[in-house]
Amino acid sequence: MGMTLAEKILARASGREKVAPDEIVVASIDLAMSHENADLVRKSFLEIGAPRVWDPERIVIILDHRVPAESERTAATHKAIREFVHSQGIRHFYDVGRGGICHQVLAENGHVLPGMVVVGTDSHTTTHGAFGAFATGIGATEMAGVWAEGHLWFKVPATLRILVQGEFPPWVSAKDLILHIIGRLGADGADYRAVEFDGPAVRTMTVASRMVLANLSMEMGAKVAFTPVDDTLLEYLEARTGRTIPDSPDFAPDPDAAYERVIEVNVSREVTEPQIACPHSVDNVRPLSEVRGTPVDQAVVGSCTNGRLEDLAIAAEIVRGRRVHPRTRLLVIPASQQILLEAIRLGYVQALIEAGAMINPPGCGPCVGVHQGILAAGEVCISSTNRNFVGRMGSKDSMVYLASPAVVAASAIAGEIAHPEEIVGEEVA
Amino acid sequence: MSQFKLRGRVAARLGDNIDTDLIYPGRFLNITDREKTAEHLFELAYPELRARIRPGDFLVAGKNFGCGSSREQATAAVKYAGVGALIAASFARIFFRNSINLGLPVVVSPEAAGALAEGDEVEVDLIGGSVTRLETGEVFRAAPLDPRAAELLAAGGLVPFLKKKYAGRGWGA
Ligand code: SF4
Repeated sequence: MGMTLAEKILARASGREKVAPDEIVVASIDLAMSHENADLVRKSFLEIGAPRVWDPERIVIILDHRVPAESERTAATHKAIREFVHSQGIRHFYDVGRGGICHQVLAENGHVLPGMVVVGTDSHTTTHGAFGAFATGIGATEMAGVWAEGHLWFKVPATLRILVQGEFPPWVSAKDLILHIIGRLGADGADYRAVEFDGPAVRTMTVASRMVLANLSMEMGAKVAFTPVDDTLLEYLEARTGRTIPDSPDFAPDPDAAYERVIEVNVSREVTEPQIACPHSVDNVRPLSEVRGTPVDQAVVGSCTNGRLEDLAIAAEIVRGRRVHPRTRLLVIPASQQILLEAIRLGYVQALIEAGAMINPPGCGPCVGVHQGILAAGEVCISSTNRNFVGRMGSKDSMVYLASPAVVAASAIAGEIAHPEEIVGEEVA
Repeated sequence: MSQFKLRGRVAARLGDNIDTDLIYPGRFLNITDREKTAEHLFELAYPELRARIRPGDFLVAGKNFGCGSSREQATAAVKYAGVGALIAASFARIFFRNSINLGLPVVVSPEAAGALAEGDEVEVDLIGGSVTRLETGEVFRAAPLDPRAAELLAAGGLVPFLKKKYAGRGWGA
């Protein structure tokens, strides 16, 4: 019997021939990422008393949740991180203005390669399964252990394989597909599992869109989530790393791997319109037609899920030459400095600003309700982010609907939840 | 009683999918002093609950407790609010690991989670894998803690566990 990709990577990283679900392995860590919570990690690390971090080259720290600092307390946190990074010789540090959202920064700077074991003190670290890495979120204290030791124990997860057939209908994107899947499987539908996405529809997706699938798999509890390592990905990595990464059987599951379950989704037939995750859970998914017309106070395009160039492109396309509805404010937060720069060069920023959008600095923005764009009681937001929990974006009496960037942009123009088709007519972006 | 057998009173019962934002809202994430996190436990959703927790009390929840963010403050807030153990039908994986790493006992028992009521006096056996309602003597099955997790809990969490290891080595080792 062969191995799934999660099993293969854990076997390699723990020096074994073969591993099987439920075994406990101790794997060496290839990359350890933290954001502002590096300060919490630092404290635990100093308590542990290890003299130095195990390998400063394998640690990446990115400030993103509260950039630039919004309070004195955050400023002190940022300062403590800078000092620590300096004292430990950690070179891969992305300070305010140098990076963006941690997951985007790792990706666009070529830090993650297929076959790696990546841990991050952020639950959406699953995003990096789009690069063929076994990538998962851990807590701050556990990360302190990694900084000291360079390895971590894992229970080998069983794997759920999701085959996506068909072609994407107009205005249906990666976000709609994964929301549909989460709605079907539930918030704990992939708890503790590895997920492998494959199938013709996945293989036609851009790397940015594959990141959406891996990112949001966290919202059904996945430990890790992979999309295929293929030419599309290898070309992306070549551009980011400046070197050729030869494909290898180590980057794909064995054809006779054992799966806990194989699920088929036909995107042409099952996801015929955009999907919306309604308050207050990500698995509360309905087709757009059921919530169309809900008035919105705020619309947000951004986050590690949907703040990339293709997301800004579609938003700009929809609002170009139109005006954001008077009762609605549109916030756009590019996921990184690089994306912001490209979006300026390509004219997206101008189109968005002319339509009445506010461009916020690259970072997490309002996604986690701590920085900018916080909601008042009674307000409704439509957002391309990834969580709509009670109070996630501000008041516990506010409501967040999650949708694709196209639907968010269309809703900003309409002042209510709207189908992009209503705004741009039959033209297909 | 060994450190793997705990007694406590059920302070509250919570539902399914209690996420980390409900346990510990994002706006307090810049508090990095672990004890202080307890002041904001359940602040948005169940602010009244904090006052009901007496030291050593248990909380009971449905499935997927702690889903969402990796924020360790969610675990710290539960622990430093005085909760002696969490009993749930299931836990989200990062929350479960954070709990072991911070030395907060977590018990997976769908049977107990379905049956226990507020005010019940309960004994949990982490190693043996059981939850007993003391008044009636009913015993519910629980998942026994794996030896690695037990070792960490016994040490009081990952920091004290590793501290011991590094204490003998001295700087520059
Ligand atoms: S954008 Fe939102 S989900 Fe992504 S890392 Fe930032 S806070 Fe977390």
